[in-house]
Amino acid sequence: MKRIDLEFDLVVIGGGTGGPMAAVKAKEKNPKLRVLLVDKANVKRSGAISMGMDGLNNAVIPGHATPEQYVKEITIANDGIVDQEAVMAYAANSFDMINQLDQWGVKFEKDETGDYAVRKVHHLGSYVLPMPEGHHMKKILYRQLKKARVEVTNRVVVTRVLTGADGEVVAVMGFDCRTADTYVIRTKAAVLCTGAAGRIGLPASGYLMGTYENPTNCGDGHAMAYHAGADLANLECFQINPLIKDYNGPACAYVTGPFGGFTANSKGERFIECDYWSGQMMMEFYNELEGGNGPVFLKLDHLAEETIQEIETILHTNERPSRGRFHEKRGNDYRKQMVEMHISEIGFCSGHSASGIHTNAMGETSVPGLYAAGDCASVPHNYMLGAFVYGRLCGENAAAYCAGHGQGVIDAGDVAAEERRILAPLGRTDGLTPYQIEYKTRRLVNDYLQPPKITRKYEIALRRFDEIREDAESMFAANPHELMRAMEAHSILDCAEMAARASMFRTESRWGLYHYFLDHPERDDENWFCHSLLSKSAEGRMQMRKKAIEPYIVPIDEEERSAYQRLRVAHNAEAA
Amino acid sequence: MTIATTQTQVPVNVDNDKCIAEKGCTVCVDVCPLDVLAIDMLTKKAFMKFDECWYCLPCETDCPTGAVSVSIPYLLR
Ligand SMILES: Cc1cc2nc3c(=O)[nH]c(=O)nc-3n(C[C@H](O)[C@H](O)[C@H](O)COP(=O)(O)OP(=O)(O)OC[C@H]3O[C@@H](n4cnc5c(N)ncnc54)[C@H](O)[C@@H]3O)c2cc1C
Ligand code: SF4
Ligand code: SF4
Repeated sequence: MKRIDLEFDLVVIGGGTGGPMAAVKAKEKNPKLRVLLVDKANVKRSGAISMGMDGLNNAVIPGHATPEQYVKEITIANDGIVDQEAVMAYAANSFDMINQLDQWGVKFEKDETGDYAVRKVHHLGSYVLPMPEGHHMKKILYRQLKKARVEVTNRVVVTRVLTGADGEVVAVMGFDCRTADTYVIRTKAAVLCTGAAGRIGLPASGYLMGTYENPTNCGDGHAMAYHAGADLANLECFQINPLIKDYNGPACAYVTGPFGGFTANSKGERFIECDYWSGQMMMEFYNELEGGNGPVFLKLDHLAEETIQEIETILHTNERPSRGRFHEKRGNDYRKQMVEMHISEIGFCSGHSASGIHTNAMGETSVPGLYAAGDCASVPHNYMLGAFVYGRLCGENAAAYCAGHGQGVIDAGDVAAEERRILAPLGRTDGLTPYQIEYKTRRLVNDYLQPPKITRKYEIALRRFDEIREDAESMFAANPHELMRAMEAHSILDCAEMAARASMFRTESRWGLYHYFLDHPERDDENWFCHSLLSKSAEGRMQMRKKAIEPYIVPIDEEERSAYQRLRVAHNAEAA
Repeated sequence: MTIATTQTQVPVNVDNDKCIAEKGCTVCVDVCPLDVLAIDMLTKKAFMKFDECWYCLPCETDCPTGAVSVSIPYLLR
């Protein structure tokens, strides 16, 4: 074990989707900039898009949708709690990004005239663009990283962003998960692209890595941002997804919807108008699941053979290709049975929901020199294309920031303290294992934090998390790999506490199931039409405050405002 | 207190006859996002060292000799 000291202008943390884009765009903006991309995995196959992607879920393409329509759709889908300027920055740059990816060789579905073949999945507009050959995504990004001469360090787990006297970014620390060498990387700026916090709750299967998100994404970025003094926004707006039961991956209604597939109850009847994932949709799903009409299924068995074959080709070769293998073992055949679905454990994710590190329309966090893009940031319903667009914005804006700032002064005490924290589990020969700490935290998250939310349960959870924090002081790691799991367990605990504190703060219900608070079952626009922000107090504790919604730039009328409240199929409607 | 090791059947299988790790191949170990594969120093073959699999398949897809096969972990199956 040694200590490695490096110096860069910009460090991008996480090389999944948004990260490579941020690094490439920073280099394009200033080729002299010294840019390092760090990933705990290997950027060749890391992140949510490790095996590619089924399609763009939120493409804003002229002729199919306008940025204004998109901003409206997301404002309504997210119950009004959005910074419209930040959503607009995504929407206005969406089409350029699609063309950029097209130029780089990403294959999107096009019609006979060469126009992008956009499909309707959302409640109001059309934004889904299939990528039947989406499995090449990581290769294409890797080529661009090489071309732009971005330096890449794989298998380094970043644990902290260090700040200087004015609270600005001065360094990034971490360790190698194979050698336990520690890294101190001096830098002027950093972009967090660490993905969702997808390992807070426990999958119903009990398998720790059986998560919807790539399990590398355990909330390290959220924890790092918090400890660096950044604000985190609307964390109580959990991510909860409708997934294939036990497999815990997308079924996937976005792909099958345009072919005629739909979410059905046990009678094979459609019960929601629209399969686009929103809190309200999840609420309807939950009600059906828990009511007499459960379980809930994805229904494809009424489709023609060629259609089913086409669906199989997409779903079983792309994104989560082991779906086919799972179905085979279960004897599931799309032709004969409906696929059983379930709701996932909770997480933070702005890709699908709206919870994450607070960022504005420039991708800036509240810490000078710290940017965030993709699932870990706070721009709602951003999905893959949002990670790319904000990756670009963060890369370019961070490059501009670097031009105006020198290297800061690193506090030697901070470095020593973090080195001690990282290496502590390796120094012990006895104690609790990272597996035990992680399992117990995540099991308690399921028991006490999974909605519906109840104050008394949340209070118990907080007390139990405190106990685990004490226990975690005796965690031991037998090797560098286990050390990675140990440090992740600390991030998971931090996120679990953040999820509890943010939820208890917002004393109303909003976002359907995501923040369904039984003690406060009504939506309360008078008091809670605002963001909630979580940050670290001077005493080192989690504190909450309200932030007013930024003035709308795209007005929403009364009728539109409630569109997502009307998802349930009318009672006596015919099954589709 | 002492530490016990609990046995578990892992989801990733490597066909030793096909694996060419002894010739320097480490592809599956390199691409696994969770870093759960390793080369056995004695047999000089790849194997699953930690039962922490996302059943995502880069190891199987990228192996040059088709030596890796991934099953869905038993708890999910
Ligand atoms: C199964 C699944 C299906 C999806 N389907 C679609 C779809 O069809 N269409 C769509 O538009 N979107 C889809 N999404 C959403 C989309 O994939 C994500 O929104 C997007 O890829 C997020 O990009 P990101 O850069 O934020 O995170 P990721 O691409 O996940 O990258 C995060 C990276 O951070 C690294 N990392 C994490 N912690 C650390 C640390 N401490 N130190 C160093 N590195 C770290 C990880 O290794 C990883 O490489 C899907 C997501 C999933 C999980
Ligand atoms: S990729 Fe295949 S050949 Fe190479 S080490 Fe792994 S199993 Fe062996
Ligand atoms: S399936 Fe994925 S997580 Fe499992 S060993 Fe292969 S690459 Fe690693």
